[in-house]
Amino acid sequence: MIIPHPLLGPRDAQEFTYLGDASLIDRPDWQSENAMQEFHDYLYLRENPAGQHRELWFHEQGDRSWLVVTRNTVTHEITQVELASDVARAQGRGR
Amino acid sequence: MTYSGFRVIREALTGHKGWRSVWRDAHPKPHYDFVVIGGGGHGLATAYYLAREFGEANIAVVEKGWIGGGNVGRNTTIIRSNYLLDANEPFYEFSLKLWEGLEQELNYNAMVSQRGILNLLHSDAQRDAARRRGNAMILNGSDAELLDIAGVRKLYPFLNFENARFPIKGGLLHRRGGTVRHDAVAWGYARGADRQGVDIIQNCEVTGFRIKNGRCLGVETTKGFIGATKLGVSVAGSSSRVMAMAGMRLPIESHVLQAFVSEGLKPTLPGVITYGAGHFYCSQSNKGGLVFGGDIDGYNSYAQRGNLPTVEDVAESGMSLIPALGRIRLLRSWGGIMDMSMDGSPFIDKTPIDGLYFNGGWCYGGFKATPAAGFAFAHLMSTDRSHKTATAYRLDRFRTGHMIDEKGQGAQPNLH
Repeated sequence: MIIPHPLLGPRDAQEFTYLGDASLIDRPDWQSENAMQEFHDYLYLRENPAGQHRELWFHEQGDRSWLVVTRNTVTHEITQVELASDVARAQGRGR
Repeated sequence: MTYSGFRVIREALTGHKGWRSVWRDAHPKPHYDFVVIGGGGHGLATAYYLAREFGEANIAVVEKGWIGGGNVGRNTTIIRSNYLLDANEPFYEFSLKLWEGLEQELNYNAMVSQRGILNLLHSDAQRDAARRRGNAMILNGSDAELLDIAGVRKLYPFLNFENARFPIKGGLLHRRGGTVRHDAVAWGYARGADRQGVDIIQNCEVTGFRIKNGRCLGVETTKGFIGATKLGVSVAGSSSRVMAMAGMRLPIESHVLQAFVSEGLKPTLPGVITYGAGHFYCSQSNKGGLVFGGDIDGYNSYAQRGNLPTVEDVAESGMSLIPALGRIRLLRSWGGIMDMSMDGSPFIDKTPIDGLYFNGGWCYGGFKATPAAGFAFAHLMSTDRSHKTATAYRLDRFRTGHMIDEKGQGAQPNLH
């Protein structure tokens, strides 16, 4: 698989490590009423679709950036790659 | 129709005209007491034991393709009972005992071959861990022998003992482990279940569940609605997709695991070897091909095919252990979809929906578990209580902190 890095261009997927579902960016609020439940769901439960999947890849052997990759889990086709920091910022999150 | 030596000779002399199909191609009735979704090894075994052990009747198995076309037909056929944890080892030992009696029980030749499994050791720490594991196995009624270098050399003189990075320091030998003809497992259970009156419904895909007031009433399929008093889902690889139709999210990611088979060779490898340092395992099939595999590809996939870097990685691992592998041709590779659970261990449990039961999350250990998983799932569906060897396989164990982290590698699928 080739991942088109938004800054560095096409890179071999072997340079990356995989974390999983991109929803892992959305860490629950530890002070919320249902924090226990929310953290359980956040840590362990997954949508796990067959088809389009937004997921986190870490460019460990490269510029060490986190990417949000939109990939088809049936065909391995990659349709969109964003910097995870941009995705977080677009959601109104810090830095 | 019963199989016997006499029968085989008679058929051989009469042109093999007397063999008949061994299960009926059933059409669904409007309602069953038990419906098992998934006609793989686990689903068929569940239906078989429901009828045979628990005396239930009016049972159907619903399969979207053909039976045995899923993971039971896409694995490396190894059976073993060499687990460490109390939550696991009694279950796999129960499974191995069922394997040992399987062919007599089913009157079906599944080619159960207890040729021994050798886990290689490469460091003092690994030897200590193996000694502990071996003791845990023996305490649970399994068998284990710790071999020194000479012991391993005697069995497998052609291994790369002087590997600079991972020299072989010994091995943990589990003599009762071995291999089974994987397709025959599905066919044998299908025949056994059919003889008990189970309807096996093929080419019947589940499209939804009918759930009212928190109770599951049955299942919508491409062959219409099938009512069920108790519904069991046993569709490893598709667990997330099927359970999503019932509105459930699972602690599971789907990953692809590749396996490989070489051209046929003369008898080369007497048993099964596992090479933990490189993550590589290998055995020789009865047809002569070397069957081997390694790690999962490590990211979500439903592709049933892998990517080349993993092929290269497995081949490199294999060659670092058995240099002679470099001279043989690889005939085929294939990928199976694994329910990778968050702690690398399975689930056999009721769901929060009444009448809906779940068996899945087998990671890449589903094949060896087939008889016990079928037995335990049938026990759960019939009695509404967990079988005594499967009480830890709970769906809520992450909530309660009772993870079964056999490998001690943490709570993330691609670590297992």
